[in-house]
Amino acid sequence: MYETSEIRKGLKIKVDGDPWIVVDFEFVKPGKGTAFTRVRIKNLKTGRALDRTYKTGERLEPANFEERPCQYLYSDGEHAYFMDRQNYEQIAVGSAALGEQARFLTENMDVSVLIYEGEPLSVELPTFIVAQVTYSEPGKKGDTATGATKMATVSTGAQVQVPLFVNEGDWLKIDTRNGSYVERAKK
Amino acid sequence: MSDIVRFQGDGAALLRRLRDRARVTELLRAFFRDRGFLEVETPIVVSSPGVEVHLAALETSVSRRRMYLTTSPEFHMKRLIAAGAGAIFQATRAFRDGEAGGRHNPEFGMVEWYRTGVDYGAIMDDCEALLAHLARGLLGSSVAPEVPGLRPAVDLSPPWPRVTFREAFARAGEGDPAALATDDRTLVLAERVEPLVGTTRGEFLIEYPADAASLGRLKPSDPTVAERFEAYAGGLELANGFSELTDADAYVARCEADLAERRRLGLPGYPVDARYVSMLREGLPPCAGVALGLDRVVMLLTGAASIRDVMAFPIDLA
Repeated sequence: MYETSEIRKGLKIKVDGDPWIVVDFEFVKPGKGTAFTRVRIKNLKTGRALDRTYKTGERLEPANFEERPCQYLYSDGEHAYFMDRQNYEQIAVGSAALGEQARFLTENMDVSVLIYEGEPLSVELPTFIVAQVTYSEPGKKGDTATGATKMATVSTGAQVQVPLFVNEGDWLKIDTRNGSYVERAKK
Repeated sequence: MSDIVRFQGDGAALLRRLRDRARVTELLRAFFRDRGFLEVETPIVVSSPGVEVHLAALETSVSRRRMYLTTSPEFHMKRLIAAGAGAIFQATRAFRDGEAGGRHNPEFGMVEWYRTGVDYGAIMDDCEALLAHLARGLLGSSVAPEVPGLRPAVDLSPPWPRVTFREAFARAGEGDPAALATDDRTLVLAERVEPLVGTTRGEFLIEYPADAASLGRLKPSDPTVAERFEAYAGGLELANGFSELTDADAYVARCEADLAERRRLGLPGYPVDARYVSMLREGLPPCAGVALGLDRVVMLLTGAASIRDVMAFPIDLA
């Protein structure tokens, strides 16, 4: 069990059977009274956020996760399949658990699959990936306005906002946390 | 800038705030000097940290005798008043274990002042005048800046509204605070009432329930409430003050109740300061005073989101 003094960002706790992650917290102690810790938590299954207030001395149940290093194999639309690199077991992860990040999966990519009570809960991708532009409108000549962007499709199937100078065939470094273009990369 | 200090983050912004902080302490010294207050010093290492239920003191020892880091300079300042010091102030440090977060650091700056022959109304007058003085001196305006997503701009010009505890609960759509058990009341205060006090302008919450009097005296015309106030601005609780309790027997009774509650909660007992009790028996003149959190004032005036933004070395870097 966690004490309220152990609350920190990123702490994973179990509330009403579900796994939640602490996204923000504040120590409050109004009017010389009992101290509380006000916590904003996010449900790791549904993404729903919630505010809860814990009295100092209350205990929080840890949510126990197993993090398994895996390699991405393929997707069939409903599930993405990964191979556990330690025991070669195959793990199927539903699209809900995969979320937005699914669009950055590439064959043989090393990821971590987070298992909560036997069920795959989420997949952690590398923060940055490098992918090739498969389609993009050519940049208009003379349009040099700084900050202007256009849409590009990359080899993983994801669409990314890129600067106008990016061309088809370019390799790009992309931040998987928010899907943003970082820079042109050498392959 | 190097990691030797900690300025690996936004060092320039921190340095700017530290300069503002220094300016704030200059301005507040001038404020009290111009009003005839004597600046005093009281000890950091003390024999009793007070016995308030929800304060945890840091322990130390002097020649193997157990002592504490002060949780508040109030006891010693009132002993000076009993000795005839008159209007006094100081800017010092106080220490409270377990209090850390965006608005708390276990070691923090405290500005405390007292006047004799007045009640807490005069101290609230000082408080609002001081905040407006600091804002005008630092910012050239009596409006503290907005912090987007966190707090609005705050008008600090006097007079600040004074809302009673009961009225504040009613304003938040809550019932009579006297009908709630203490812990439940504190939760409602934190969750529903405080967020509506002193949002876009400075405001005082006054007339706390008698059981939350702390070291304040009960209101002579209505002993169900205490002459205690807290000052709020921009959602920050800035100060806590009282018309001081001068009755020795009532003080001892409150200490005993606090110590009983500490035992019930399994908290360590602290010694009651016998010299403070003797001082009350000999006679503390009618007086009123307040403790103002210096770090929070600097946060408010510099638009800082966290207490970490106004101190070079918060506890994890101390």
